[in-house]
Amino acid sequence: MDVLLAPFQYEFFRNGTIAAVLVGGLCALIGVYIVLRGMSFIGHGLSHAVFGGAVVAFILQFNFYVGAVSWGFVAALLINQTVRKTTISADAAIGVVTTASFALGVALISRYRRFSQSFDAALFGNVLGVTPMDIAVIVFVTLAATFMIFFFYKQLLFTTFNTEVAQVYGVPTFWIETWFALILAAVIIAAVQIMGVTMIGAALVVPPITIRLLTDSFHRLMIYSTILGALTGLIGMYLSFYVDVSSGASIVLLQSILFCLALFYVSRIRNKRRLVETPVYGPT
Amino acid sequence: MNPLIELNGVAFGYGSFNVLDDIDLHLHPGQFVGLVGPSGAGKTSLLKLILTLLTPGEGQIQRVRPDLRITYVPQIETVDWSFPVTAEEVVLMGLDHRQNIWPWPRRRERKRAREILDRLEIGHLAERHIRDLSGGQQQRVFLARALVADPEVLVLDEPTTGVDVRSAENIFHWLTVLNKEGMTILLTTHDLNMAAAHVPWVVCLNRRIVAQGSPQDIFTEEILGDAYKGDFIVIRQDDLIFVQQRPHPHGLNDVLPHPVEGGMPNHDNLVNNAQPVSASKEA
Repeated sequence: MDVLLAPFQYEFFRNGTIAAVLVGGLCALIGVYIVLRGMSFIGHGLSHAVFGGAVVAFILQFNFYVGAVSWGFVAALLINQTVRKTTISADAAIGVVTTASFALGVALISRYRRFSQSFDAALFGNVLGVTPMDIAVIVFVTLAATFMIFFFYKQLLFTTFNTEVAQVYGVPTFWIETWFALILAAVIIAAVQIMGVTMIGAALVVPPITIRLLTDSFHRLMIYSTILGALTGLIGMYLSFYVDVSSGASIVLLQSILFCLALFYVSRIRNKRRLVETPVYGPT
Repeated sequence: MNPLIELNGVAFGYGSFNVLDDIDLHLHPGQFVGLVGPSGAGKTSLLKLILTLLTPGEGQIQRVRPDLRITYVPQIETVDWSFPVTAEEVVLMGLDHRQNIWPWPRRRERKRAREILDRLEIGHLAERHIRDLSGGQQQRVFLARALVADPEVLVLDEPTTGVDVRSAENIFHWLTVLNKEGMTILLTTHDLNMAAAHVPWVVCLNRRIVAQGSPQDIFTEEILGDAYKGDFIVIRQDDLIFVQQRPHPHGLNDVLPHPVEGGMPNHDNLVNNAQPVSASKEA
C-alpha cells in the first residue's frame, strides 16, 4: 500500500497524476474518431505542428496556449480542407502541413538558441513541470471535449462513418469537422506537458486500436478506450516515478504492451475458431 | 404538376475535363427513374449534383422546396465495412438528429428502425455487425437508413453492385413497391436487364443525355450502341426485354496465350472427388 501512496506526498506527483489520468482518457476518447477516420497519423503530425506554433508564440511573446491552440486549429483545418477538396490523401496532407510547421519551429529554435533547453520538455514530456494552471487547462479541455462528444455524438458518428452521405442527411459536417479540429488541437496542447510532442500520437491511437481488437460496438469502443487511456495514464505515472523514465514514454510503453497482449489474445481466439469451424476440401 | 427537381443546361467537370454537358432533366413526383450508361458516363456525378454534394459549372438545379426530403444510398464500395456499427445503428443514423439531442435513441426511434428492418425482412439481423451480413442484406440496411428518414425522393447509386441475382431482384422489387406507394426514386445502375424489367423511365447517359423514355423505347440496339459505343443484342419476348453486349468474335482457344500441355483439367472430376475433411478431426 505504501508503494501506491508514497509518491502522493509529492505535489509534482499529485499534479502529474491528475494530468496523466485526464490526458490519457481524453486522448483515448478523441482517438476513437481519429482511428476510425483512418487519420491515425494526425495526432503525431498535429503535435509537431503545435510545436512550431509554440515556438512562434514564444518569439512573438504571445500566451503559449493561445498561440499553440490557434496554430494547431489552423493546421487541422488545413488538413481537413485539403483532404475534402483535393485528391490528396489524408496521410500526405498531414505530412505536408505538420512537418512544415515543425520545421519552422526547429528553424526558429536553431536561429534563437537561447531557449532550446525549455523545449526539451515539450518534445518528451515533463511531469515535474505540471502546474495548477496546466491542470486547469486540462480540466477545461476535458469538459469541452466531453460536452461536444456527448451532445454531438450522433452527428460525429455519422460524419466519421461517411462524411459525404451525412451531409445529404442534413448533418452540418463542415461545422462538426471544424469543432472537432478545434477540440483536437486543444487536446494536443493540453497533453503536451505530460506526454510530450513525440508521444501524443501514440496516446491518441494505441488505446482505441487495442479496444477495437476486442469489440465491434462503437459505444463500447468509446467507453473502454477512455477507461484504458485513463488507467494507463495512472499506472504509467507510477512506472515513471519508480523506474525513473519520462512520463510520456512510460504511458505509451505500457499502452503498447497491452496492445500486443490484446493482439496475441485475438490471434489465438481466431486461430482456434478457424481450426474448429473451417472444413477443408480436397482429394482423400 | 411541378417537378420536384429540375436540371436545366447543367454542365460539370473535374478541372478542364467535362464530365457532363447540357443536362436537362425533370424529376416529377412519383416517378421511378433509372440512369444507365457506361462507366465514366457521369452517372454518379449527376446524382451528386442533384444531392448538392457538387456544384454545377453551368446551368441550374432547382428543387421544388428548399426543405425537400432527399435521402441517399451510396455505392456499397464507399462503405467502411470494418467500422464498428450494427445494422440497427446504421439505420438510426438516418433519423433527424435535431429531434433528439441525447446520444442514445428514444424507444420510438428504435421501434421505427426495427419496423423498417422487419419490412425489408432483415429485422432479425439488427444486432449484427454490418460486416457479417451478405451483400444483399447490407444493401437493404442502407436502404432502411434511407427509408427511416421518410424521404420524398430516394436516390440510390448502383444499388445492385456486388449482390447476387436473387438479391438484386429483391432490391428492385422493394423499390417498385415503394414507388407504387408514392415515393419518387432515382437510381443509377449497370444492370440493364433489371432496369428493363423494373424501371418505368430510363435515362441513357454518356456525358450528355443520349435518350430518355420507357424501357421499350430506350433499350434498342441503336440507342445502347450510341451510348455505350458497343454492339448490343436486344431480345424482346412478351413484356420482357433482354439486353446483351455482343461478345467479341473469338473463341476460348484465341484467349489462351499458349496451348495447355495435356489439355485442360477436367473440372467435374476435381469437384466430384473432393470431400469435406474437418481440420480438427484431421488434427
